[in-house]
Amino acid sequence: MQVGILHSISGTMSISETGSVQAEKLAIEQINAQGGVLGRKIETIQEDGASDWPTFAEKARKLLVNDKVASVMGCWTSASRKAVLPVFEQHNGMLYYPTFYEGLEESPNVIYTGQEATQQIIAGLDWVAREKGAKSFYLLGSDYIWPRTSNKIARKHIEDKLGGEVVGEEYYPLGHTQFNSVINKIRLRKPDVIYAIVVGGSNVAFYKQLKAAGIDMTEEAPLLLTISVTEDEIRGIGGENIEGAYACMKYFQSLENENNQEFVAAFKEMWGDDMVIGDVTQAAYLGPWLWKAAVEKAGSFDVDKVREASPGIELASAPEGYVKIHENHHLWSKTRVGHALADGQYEVVFETDDLVEPDPFPEGYQ
Amino acid sequence: MFSGYSLPELGAIFAMQGFAGLILFSVFVLMALGLAIIFGQMGVINMAHGEFMILGAYVTYLVSNAFAAYMPALFGAYFFVAMVLAFCASGFLGMAVEWAIIRHLYKRPLDTLLATWGLSLILQQAFRSLFGAREVGVTIPEWMMGSLPVTDLIEIPINGIFVMVLALGISAAVYVMMYKSGWGRQVRAVTQNRVMAGAVGIDTERTDRMTFGIGCGVAGVAGAAFTMIGSTGPTSGQAYIVDTFLVVVFGGAASLLGTIASAFSISQAQSILEFFLSGSMAKVITLLVVVGILMLRPQGLFAMKLRK
Amino acid sequence: MTKTSFLKRDEAVGLVILALIIFVVFPVMLDDFRLNLFGKYLTYAFVAIGLVLCWGAGGILSLGQGVFFGLGGYCMAMFLKLEASTPEATAIQSTPGIPDFMDWNQISALPIWWQPFNSFAFTLVAIFVVPAAFAFVIGYAMFRRRVSGVYFAIITQAIAAIATILIVGQQGYTGGVNGITDLRTLMGWDIRPDGAKTTLYFVNGVLLFVCLLVAMAIRKSKFGRVLVAMRDAEDRVRFSGYDVASFKIFIFCVGAMMASVGGAMFTLQVGFMSPTIVGIVPSIEMVIFCAVGGRHSLMGAVYGALLVNWAKTTFSESFPELWLFGLGALFIAVVMAFPNGLAGLFDDYIKPRLRIGRAAPATTPQPAE
Repeated sequence: MQVGILHSISGTMSISETGSVQAEKLAIEQINAQGGVLGRKIETIQEDGASDWPTFAEKARKLLVNDKVASVMGCWTSASRKAVLPVFEQHNGMLYYPTFYEGLEESPNVIYTGQEATQQIIAGLDWVAREKGAKSFYLLGSDYIWPRTSNKIARKHIEDKLGGEVVGEEYYPLGHTQFNSVINKIRLRKPDVIYAIVVGGSNVAFYKQLKAAGIDMTEEAPLLLTISVTEDEIRGIGGENIEGAYACMKYFQSLENENNQEFVAAFKEMWGDDMVIGDVTQAAYLGPWLWKAAVEKAGSFDVDKVREASPGIELASAPEGYVKIHENHHLWSKTRVGHALADGQYEVVFETDDLVEPDPFPEGYQ
Repeated sequence: MFSGYSLPELGAIFAMQGFAGLILFSVFVLMALGLAIIFGQMGVINMAHGEFMILGAYVTYLVSNAFAAYMPALFGAYFFVAMVLAFCASGFLGMAVEWAIIRHLYKRPLDTLLATWGLSLILQQAFRSLFGAREVGVTIPEWMMGSLPVTDLIEIPINGIFVMVLALGISAAVYVMMYKSGWGRQVRAVTQNRVMAGAVGIDTERTDRMTFGIGCGVAGVAGAAFTMIGSTGPTSGQAYIVDTFLVVVFGGAASLLGTIASAFSISQAQSILEFFLSGSMAKVITLLVVVGILMLRPQGLFAMKLRK
Repeated sequence: MTKTSFLKRDEAVGLVILALIIFVVFPVMLDDFRLNLFGKYLTYAFVAIGLVLCWGAGGILSLGQGVFFGLGGYCMAMFLKLEASTPEATAIQSTPGIPDFMDWNQISALPIWWQPFNSFAFTLVAIFVVPAAFAFVIGYAMFRRRVSGVYFAIITQAIAAIATILIVGQQGYTGGVNGITDLRTLMGWDIRPDGAKTTLYFVNGVLLFVCLLVAMAIRKSKFGRVLVAMRDAEDRVRFSGYDVASFKIFIFCVGAMMASVGGAMFTLQVGFMSPTIVGIVPSIEMVIFCAVGGRHSLMGAVYGALLVNWAKTTFSESFPELWLFGLGALFIAVVMAFPNGLAGLFDDYIKPRLRIGRAAPATTPQPAE
């Protein structure tokens, strides 16, 4: 029985997607070590999306039509998912998509194992308003759909629900490396919170320049809250450059529970001691397990049956803790706030009491 | 946008913004100097320029790791060693590339573009195979990461000052080499008339190789410096390529002074626009203005008069 | 120059062989998936043919052909997107009847410049006129001032960069980095099933041949010969009284239109359009297709586009971690060892042995400059 892995291992996105490939391979190896799925070993076919969306569509078609894989673990950016989506719907495939993303989508052919925007954002904003008394926010992002949509939701929440104020909102092209101007603007506006959704190589430039400009995040004036920097990104940024920032997402490597300790140990054993694990890597690890559970519940590898069986699937063994598939194919999950330490890890300072319901088409935030 | 601020506050912000423009200027100068030598003097379109820069950045990464492991006491000074080694690594690679590829293509400048594009793909994959697809974190010595409080309100980043000093130093060095040394005379002679230069006894092949090597070496130093402000990954180099070429072309390709003047005007325009507009729009408008001016004045700001 | 009669027969044989390959060999040998892939490769051949005219014949190297490819692709995508965004299909949106990405960006009415794209006739005209007009503006500004060679290449590259940043930044109007996706029907005809893709492949092939014949006609005409003369000695042509700039502007516009047709066919066959196809990297790759095929050979351009894209797919399937080495080495090898690409190889090694016609030695044109 074959499963496809479809990520970029060349091109600009390979930086981010490598971790997902590693996690998916680890999960499949563990599943095979436990005897496979329905008594059958799982083989993987890996394809390179090459950071190029038409290539993603092409490779998705190859996996579904030529290789006839039972499911595909893959994609990272929204653009790549949008490109493969018609292919999955036409050829009735099943995609397990690991990244936190902007929402506004609910396909019967995709299981979204990362958080959608409201799930990730709102708990963090509530937390800074409640615990830190934050009133004014400066929204900053890379210029594409995820940061823009996330900031749209954040702005609505800040203005309508928290009674706060957005004192600036702006976007820089992907790959931009000069942030001194925006840092000066931030000084001028004196926000309580810098809300940053910068991605990729720009991240490294932004945090290094922020630190060099004398904005010490450990003083929390302003406080920095991000939803785009996982432990994976900190490797490139350098822990000393981002120490004191807060991140809001569902998983941190430092989570203290048995599942996670086993997962981290297994990941390091397979890929090396110097590996770090971020939110998306963990979400990618869930993909094969959720698929296995659905196949076993359905008693078949048939995509229609797997889809039917998927809602309600629970995974108590997830590193992030208990998760459950919602009717809308997203996961119920907890949201956490982490405080960046100099060693490149986050210390979890807050966790929602209950699982947060995924809501890809949020009322009142459109 | 400025209501509710006291005059000193505004003054401080503008001073810091002016400084931000100067840092951007220095970054542009560092990016473009190597290319100004290669493209401006030799007419070679080196699309792998960004990869030569990233090679310098990776050398810095290796040196910082070596210092952290073997000489932690001297860690604060590793950066200077790294810059020298980055210059050597990129320079030698450049000379090798010149010998293997470029020297066969001097009569076909557009073809150097294609060949060096292929080279950039190979280098990117080499970085990826050697260092992994992820960005590497280069630890910068503590003394370079802080900021210098000039007044209560004005703080100036030390790495910005460092980049500026470096840009000035390298510009001066290149100027002296090009205009005050015997080697520079040879380079300029070869640029202006290859056949005559050969006829009067200049070893044109050696001159070409040295010129290309030095251009790449300067790119390597720039790459080493950029570890302070940017990222180091296999494909980071591509982010610099358009800006770099535009700075050189805008300046008038054959003129070093032009390159510096153009770096200054583009960086100031961009930094002022960034302050009043959003980042993306600032970038688009700057590029549009530069392209627009180039359409009106294709020879760039400073053109050297040459007989065809 | 070789004798006219010989050339004609040679070209006719070449065209028949190419037609056999595209219309018989590929459809018979390849399954639906691969055939669709080759259809996608062939859309790049349009750009490569345009580049042979501009670069091989005219000496104008544009690193911004992706922009024109994108203009055609976006025109077609806008039409298809409007057709897919019926009020019924978009009922869950706050403003039904507009494309989904506009709704996500709080745009509540269709922008004025989108509205003409409700008409298929307008879209078809736009696919030709928009890129031609844009190419005319660029060409007029640059060639009148005698910008050429390397400078032209770099300025067009900057234009490709600007276009990408603009498209990505104006996501409410363009779909941003995701592009315009989820295209379904063309005038009620579903373009997604395998059967439709096969039909589109043949339509694409026919258009490609039309394009090829137009390009050949241009090259054969007096105009084409002036163009070659210009490439080799621009000043002499100017001194002979020809208006060099107008010739260059015209050929640049023709190249842009061909790229645009390719882009429109790309959108139809791939099912979406995105800014990654407009930027610097794809634009350079398009030049590579042309260089590998042979920058002076129109038919070579088609083979070049097919070969490079096929190699890209195959390398990346078999050696995903190493394929960039192979691709990079291919570019260097072509430039250094085979400056006239596949067509040059054919002329130098294969044709003498075939003894087509009289064994008149075909003079291979030397690369420009």
